[in-house]
Amino acid sequence: PSKFMNRFSEKDGKLKLQFNHGTTTLAFKFQHGVIVAVDSRCTAGKYIDTQYFKKVIEINPYLLGTMSGSAADCVYWERVLAQHCRIYKLRNKEQITVSAASKLLSNMLAGYRGMGLSIGSMICGWDKKGPGLYYVDENGTRLSGNMFSTGSGHSYAYGVMDSGHRYDLTLPEAYDLAQRAIYHATHRDAYSGGTVNMYHVKQDGWIKVSQEDVGELYQKYLKERQ
Amino acid sequence: MAARYDRAITVFSPDGHLFQVEYAQEAVKKGSTAVGIRGKDIVVLGVEKKSVAKLQEERTVRKICALDEHVCMAFAGLTADARIVINRARVECQSHRLTVEDPVTVEYITRYIATLKQRYTQSNGRRPFGISALIVGFDYDGTPRLYQTDPSGTYHAWKSNAIGRSAKTVREFLEKNYTEEAIATDNDAIKLAIKALLEVVQSGGKNIELAVIRRSQPLKILESKEIETLVAEIEKEKEEEAEKKKQKKAT
Repeated sequence: PSKFMNRFSEKDGKLKLQFNHGTTTLAFKFQHGVIVAVDSRCTAGKYIDTQYFKKVIEINPYLLGTMSGSAADCVYWERVLAQHCRIYKLRNKEQITVSAASKLLSNMLAGYRGMGLSIGSMICGWDKKGPGLYYVDENGTRLSGNMFSTGSGHSYAYGVMDSGHRYDLTLPEAYDLAQRAIYHATHRDAYSGGTVNMYHVKQDGWIKVSQEDVGELYQKYLKERQ
Repeated sequence: MAARYDRAITVFSPDGHLFQVEYAQEAVKKGSTAVGIRGKDIVVLGVEKKSVAKLQEERTVRKICALDEHVCMAFAGLTADARIVINRARVECQSHRLTVEDPVTVEYITRYIATLKQRYTQSNGRRPFGISALIVGFDYDGTPRLYQTDPSGTYHAWKSNAIGRSAKTVREFLEKNYTEEAIATDNDAIKLAIKALLEVVQSGGKNIELAVIRRSQPLKILESKEIETLVAEIEKEKEEEAEKKKQKKAT
């Protein structure tokens, strides 16, 4: 196994694995829609650029896009996606579906494949087909699913999400789960931190649920344990 | 050499007409009649079939074409032009399914066809398409739709319409006879289409080609036997009506 993995981490090797850097983002579907939660730390190598970066782009009142990877790439391409979504609505007099929006993004990115874009994004929304959640990345991967997490802290977030997720979560339980997952990822992953920004996508659009500082969450969970 | 194709063929006349487009509309008026009816759970397209020569195989000349499983169109005018438009529309239907992961709405594909036609009224060295099209189908949400396009590139939604030779006569018939009751059932809508065509078609059922789309079902082209049966029913009803009127007059 180590020989196999070494091939992937050779510098300038052709098989170098690109890890999505500096973030934890997550989203999951459940009975009341889609919960989206992200951290807000932006890093440039070892330096923390800012602790208050917005990693969720509000494409339109019922579509959200998360960002992980290169901040510049994500911000730019998701704004281009927002432009296409708006034009679609004007031309077709109907909101774009989540599947169509995510496909537009993944087709755009596929055109730049191999040119060094770094984007790991989740497109979340509620359209005529119900709640929608798609993961799109710079390779052109586009997956529909019930639960995704991206970024350097994604494994920590999956751990917490997987152990607590059920389709029939109540609203407070879902909010708590998402917040907890991001918090735990920020606790262990050096490249994630700042605040937890949480959104909830409902049938009539998304709402921003909360923005809580990770330090305060630490205190809150500490008290719970005692 | 290329300079000769710089001039658009479709240019404005001094009084603001696009003559090429109007001539194209004349070509449409010479084409065989087509009628479209939007029912509640069904959409019907009927076309006047030109009598086929003895040695000619019937099925090669089809004037009603499916664009996708849930949309089809009939045209009046130059058949060769129609072939091109239909091809492009079919490709666009699939392309839409690929990029948007949804079937086209009837309005979308109509708009595509209309935009295509308009482009040819404003391009170098090209002439407009000489067809009008009747596009019918059901949208994703189950609403039935009927649209008509013409060579200028405009499109409108209709409850029922006719194009081609004698379109005026048929349209007048439809305006009188298209009521909510007349299209209450699927069969009634089909009969209305046949009645409308019988007004202008020469020898009855043999020269009518009919296609229907029912909600969530693919295009179905009626066989000549079914058409004959329906024509016979219509004739019967006509006779019964005539009898009633005679009796009224008598009393």
